[in-house]
Amino acid sequence: MTASDLLALLPLLLVAATSVIVMLAAAVHRSHAVALVLTLAGLAGAFFSVFFGHLRQVTALLVIDSYALFFMGLIVAASFMVALLAYGYLAEREGNREEFYILILVATFGAMVLAASTHFVSFFLGLEILSVALYALISYLHGRALPVEAGIKYLVLAAASAAFLLFGMALIYADLGTMDFARMAQLLDSRVAVNPALLLPGVILIFTGIGFKLALVPFHMWTPDVYEGAPAPVTAFVATVSKGGMFALLLRYFHRSGAQSFASVFLVLSIIAVASMFAGNLLALLQNNVKRILAYSSIAHMGYLLVAFQIGGPLGGGAAAFYLVAYFVMTLGAFGVVTLLSERRRDADLLDDYRGLFWRRPALALVFTAMLLSLAGIPLTAGFLGKFYIVAAGASAGAWALILILVTTSAIGLFYYLRIVVVLYQQPAASDRDHEPIPLRAPAAALVLAVLTVILVWLGVYPSRC
Amino acid sequence: MILFWLIVVLLAGGVLAWLVARTNPLLCRWISLAAISLDFVLVLGLGVRNFKASGIQVSVTGTNNWFEQVDWSWIPQFGIHFHLAMDGLSLLLVLLTMFLGIASVLASWTEITTGVGFFHFNLLWILAGITGVFLALDLFLFYFAWELMQVPMYFLIAIWGHERRIYAAVKFFLFTQLSGLLMLIAILALYFAHYRGTGVYTFEYADLLHTTLDPHTALWIMLGFFIAFAVKLPMVPFHTWLADAHTQAPTAGSIILAGLLLKTGAYGLIRSVVPLFPGAAREFAPVAMTLAVVGILYGAILAFGQTDLKRLVAYTSISHLGFVLLGVFAANALALQGALMTMICHGISTGALFIVVGAMQQRMHTRQIDAMGGLWATIPRLSGAALFFALASLGLPGLGDFIGEFLVLMGTYQVNIAMAAVAAVGVLTATFYALRFVQRAFQGPNSQEWHLPDLVVREGLLLGVMMALLLWLGLYPQPVFRLFAQAANQFPAIWR
Repeated sequence: MTASDLLALLPLLLVAATSVIVMLAAAVHRSHAVALVLTLAGLAGAFFSVFFGHLRQVTALLVIDSYALFFMGLIVAASFMVALLAYGYLAEREGNREEFYILILVATFGAMVLAASTHFVSFFLGLEILSVALYALISYLHGRALPVEAGIKYLVLAAASAAFLLFGMALIYADLGTMDFARMAQLLDSRVAVNPALLLPGVILIFTGIGFKLALVPFHMWTPDVYEGAPAPVTAFVATVSKGGMFALLLRYFHRSGAQSFASVFLVLSIIAVASMFAGNLLALLQNNVKRILAYSSIAHMGYLLVAFQIGGPLGGGAAAFYLVAYFVMTLGAFGVVTLLSERRRDADLLDDYRGLFWRRPALALVFTAMLLSLAGIPLTAGFLGKFYIVAAGASAGAWALILILVTTSAIGLFYYLRIVVVLYQQPAASDRDHEPIPLRAPAAALVLAVLTVILVWLGVYPSRC
Repeated sequence: MILFWLIVVLLAGGVLAWLVARTNPLLCRWISLAAISLDFVLVLGLGVRNFKASGIQVSVTGTNNWFEQVDWSWIPQFGIHFHLAMDGLSLLLVLLTMFLGIASVLASWTEITTGVGFFHFNLLWILAGITGVFLALDLFLFYFAWELMQVPMYFLIAIWGHERRIYAAVKFFLFTQLSGLLMLIAILALYFAHYRGTGVYTFEYADLLHTTLDPHTALWIMLGFFIAFAVKLPMVPFHTWLADAHTQAPTAGSIILAGLLLKTGAYGLIRSVVPLFPGAAREFAPVAMTLAVVGILYGAILAFGQTDLKRLVAYTSISHLGFVLLGVFAANALALQGALMTMICHGISTGALFIVVGAMQQRMHTRQIDAMGGLWATIPRLSGAALFFALASLGLPGLGDFIGEFLVLMGTYQVNIAMAAVAAVGVLTATFYALRFVQRAFQGPNSQEWHLPDLVVREGLLLGVMMALLLWLGLYPQPVFRLFAQAANQFPAIWR
């Protein structure tokens, strides 16, 4: 490994080093603020180093190209926001706080490895680094019942899906004799010594592991429970960073290895996309818990992303990248509002917690409205343009069935987003305490929300500079 | 450039009004009024200047009659432009928009007391969206503006509406949103059809006019547009959102819904459906005309049966907009002139009726016609105004509405005598509901012993101006006809 290899890996190294530094700092002197500042500094450094990235293949495992740098930047920025959101949240709660940031940094590191990996080994290592950190993060408030339950559920299912993934990798290795994505593509192109009986089950098993992390139907069972049980900032993290890293890998693996060129694989992925869009949107209609609604809605959004992925080509790839950015912004924003409204005893996840919010905290209600409308795909927001890109890409590729289903299901989605919006603007009853304005408890989180809203509208109105 | 500023003034005015409202609600109302009035003056100035210079025409036929344009590249990857342009049709409709905007601010001067800032913000943003719809020449921008008006309208109904506001707001939003999505797919289908034909990605109206489509595809794409506009219009099977939304909205919301939002549907039919898909529109015309006639009668009959005044006025809109639909699809110059006239006069007369009903509700806290009676004795000026606008609505000769509906009937008669005859019955039924409204509410004994304050100067002036406009349009409609003359004469040709 040369100096320029190390330089290329700078974003990864910075995040890894920061986690060690925070750990050492916590060992010397426990201070919540210091841990936050160190974390933010490390993440900000990693973010800026992305812009000065050296493009090169580093060993057989990792590639630093503009694609990897884009996703790394996105992941690091999202982690930065989550850390800021979590500060006010953790400050009000019991237990040690510094370890939270270490875990966030480790998980971020894992997701970044996924975004840069070109090899099964780095794929699996990145995935496990991410997963192990997430087990601890989800049950971080370990004195409470819900987070622990969610953590155990996630642990069991994630471990099982990782086993499937490994088996799939083994099958492909047995067939092709390589674990390198690019080499796989060459072998598949030449069609020499390819045994579909090993290869196709291998691809599908690998997709089981990927689908689990992305919460695609039928691997979505954990989503509502984990979203509901995990502390709100962690939910935001699971919904964005963990899925974003895995989606980056999905795009790279399937496009590089050419596995999508098999008609049967394409068909299976299409069925999964359609099932995710329908199941996510329809099941969300039945929920009364805001976190669960957002969980099912995220299943649907992953379905939309998979449609963009299926369309492929420069238009489809561009649409997927744009949609992912929009998804990050609106998901962080929505869970940011949940975080900010959560009381010490429990997270604000019931619809009743939001009743008449507009009359108590108009700014927060408007931010939440903007995020929900964006999730629903209403113009002036990033979500609308994201959907527009996908539909346009689909129309140009002639994938009418997929985009018609996308439009139909997102119309179903309007119902449950509107349900939350309606509750926000209901007049509070004259007597109850709802009239009292709630003091602003977490200025950092409020700042994050303001920034996210600006980005949301900017992307929705003037996307051409992105 | 000035067209861009028209929209910016409204958007910025909305934000400013919201910001100052916390400290000074009155100033917020004045800022809104000033912003809309400024736009009104700008548009009027634009109209007068060009009217003198070269005469103003309408570009329905694809001839280049835009006298004012801005055209900037917006999202170049997709060939999306920020392209606004104004011709005679958009000029009149934007003037109507600003006029009814002023009317809505004045009508809610004392009605809205909670959340004043956010209310005016929404109001101005709706107006900005409507202005955008009337001016956009890029179909993406058109869709963008089309959607921009929905969300603030939703808030207007959901927050400041009456008893069943949430239900009405959600219904309104779902109807318009679903139909909007259909239009989006239709726009994209047209966009890619054009790309396959020419190799150019563009949403530009003038380019898409010359897209060659096979008749089958054209019919499907046309239906996507048509349904979106038919929901807004509203045409009969898609009308169910209208009564709830109009009834539950605050007065300003009702004025804008009836006076402007419905017109965006009619505008879309004239500007997009017919010129973009003449062949498919011709094929579809008998269906559209039949539905229009059904709507005229059905709306009138339902209006007759209502006990809620706002609901009554709402149903009359279905009937009147039926004439517009009939006039557009009758495909001749007379009928088109009539349809355009009806659009403008219906905007003024129905807007005025909603102001009257809103003023009554504010005073009496009820909209039930059964609780009224003999009101002429206590509020003569308001009652007189109500009588005037009810007469306008029933199509009394001498007032603008009459001219419009009469021309539509004449034009339809040339195409299809049976339809003209049935539609004429609709004019007759209008007499029943309008007179029933006046008789039951204002005449007879004042059995409930109402003692109410009459119109204040603000309301009186506003209604007076609206009366004068209707009289002017009814007695001397020539300036409006001259605007549309060229387009109306060429209109039949594009159907062939």
